[in-house]
Amino acid sequence: MSTEFDVERIRKDFPVLSRELPGGRPLVYLDSGNSSQKPTQVIEVMREHLASHYANVGRAMHVLGAESTEAYESARDKVATFVGAPDRDEIVFTKNASEALNLVAYAFGNPINEDPRFVMGPGDEIVISEMEHHSNIVPWQLLARRTGATLRWFSVTDEGRLDLSNLDELVTERTKIVSIAHQSNVLGTVNPVARVLARVRQVGALMMLDASQSVPHKPVDVAALGVDFLAFTGHKAVGPSGIGVLWARGELLEAMPPFLGGGEMIEAVWMDRSTYAPAPHKFEAGTPPIVEAIGLGAALDYLSSIGMDAIAGHERELTGYALEALGEVPGLKVIGPRDLQDRGGTVSFTLEGIHPHDVGQILDDEFGVAVRVGHHCARPLHLRFGIPATTRASFYLYNTPAEIDALVRGLHHVRKVFA
Amino acid sequence: MIAESMYQELILEHYKHPQGRGLRDPFDSEVHHVNPTCGDEITMRVKVGEGGKVEDVSYDGQGCSISQAAASVLHELATGSTVEETLSVVEEFTRLMQGRGKVEPDEEVLGDAVAFAGVAKFPARVKCALLAWMAYKDAVVRSA
Repeated sequence: MSTEFDVERIRKDFPVLSRELPGGRPLVYLDSGNSSQKPTQVIEVMREHLASHYANVGRAMHVLGAESTEAYESARDKVATFVGAPDRDEIVFTKNASEALNLVAYAFGNPINEDPRFVMGPGDEIVISEMEHHSNIVPWQLLARRTGATLRWFSVTDEGRLDLSNLDELVTERTKIVSIAHQSNVLGTVNPVARVLARVRQVGALMMLDASQSVPHKPVDVAALGVDFLAFTGHKAVGPSGIGVLWARGELLEAMPPFLGGGEMIEAVWMDRSTYAPAPHKFEAGTPPIVEAIGLGAALDYLSSIGMDAIAGHERELTGYALEALGEVPGLKVIGPRDLQDRGGTVSFTLEGIHPHDVGQILDDEFGVAVRVGHHCARPLHLRFGIPATTRASFYLYNTPAEIDALVRGLHHVRKVFA
Repeated sequence: MIAESMYQELILEHYKHPQGRGLRDPFDSEVHHVNPTCGDEITMRVKVGEGGKVEDVSYDGQGCSISQAAASVLHELATGSTVEETLSVVEEFTRLMQGRGKVEPDEEVLGDAVAFAGVAKFPARVKCALLAWMAYKDAVVRSA
């Protein structure tokens, strides 16, 4: 894999990777699970659109309006192709994955949605898991509070896997929606979607995946997965911030009520009522993040040009290397699977007796190593492991084994400072 | 490099050997403060005696070296002083922490707490240093 995967050439596409930090330190960016860096190809497409083609989309009757609309809608085509959506109209642009998750949650128990699959009240149940990012917890808590439905969740095993031992008791005829992470943003665990989905189908519920940590890193095909909804965000996939994606099966989007009301989401408006545009526009009220959507299209083009299989292979090698190298740091404990089976390139760990904030600060200040420290917006998962925080290194297509060596050298130094 | 100025020997010393740690009786008020961005937390008790003399500041919590050392230094500075005196130290400490590294610390007022001057240059860590001190201020108000 490493022979055909030219990481040095890829690194040249990302200008920030060659910048020097204050004090002459090189940058070692191991925080792509938080947000990824951007290649020149994305920056240039966005710059070019702003410089020469920019106008509002879907409503302007002039050349720029047509060019801008064409570019925006062609980004939708690219997203649809990238995730294997059967129909481009199943791609809804949002501002991030959180908005996509909220949009779906808002469709349940909503008085203006009479579709029985979305009717929700006391006695109905919502199922999530203990390893979720707050963005796949809080919208469902709010939904449960609005409707009186019950929120339930899968536990996580000591190894950092989804505990499916009580799958049949947890997902029942009372369940309306199951929403879990495709890949954990802390543990790196890739969840067994097919097993959960089989049960979801048995009981006639719907299933959503938070794919924020999977779509950027490996081939994801919504049709092959067979779920009902999938959310991800652009900025973790070498695209800009401010743009996210909801994919949903077309007939579900048709059944769902609008989320935000405003311009461009309507068909006709009277003073006392409105009819709505068909999906996806029904869910895209107001001027959308135009240049960001176009930037996301360019980002997915960039990733496709390298190949998602190749990227996944590279990250797998890095993860294997990291798990082995980190295993040699005394007092270091990996929180999450220690093998490469169903696992992505995110490695979280604790260092005995040293708080992650101190770890992160010294790694940054002395070695230019950027990691994330804290609870990574997954506080319940940290509570489950009885720890307040972890240090997280997350890898992407531009990372190298030498950068993992720098991390390990840094950790040895951290231990010396606090010895 | 830069952090060297933040991780002063005195801070590391207090972190490794915290002074006055552990919750004790008697106390007039107890508060619990958290830093939601990092999950650091502290429970603090204050006992004020005759003439506004601070008889004990006891605490327990978890967090980074900065937040834990700050609690330890606070315990040393506050115990035995009057509430009025300690509040002026709190005020000077807050001014230093919020000064983005541009405030000249008053060592006369701050004593050992002057070791935290370097933290002010790291906006993300200022809250860590202030956690125990804000909890103390709150506890003193509630003890009155």
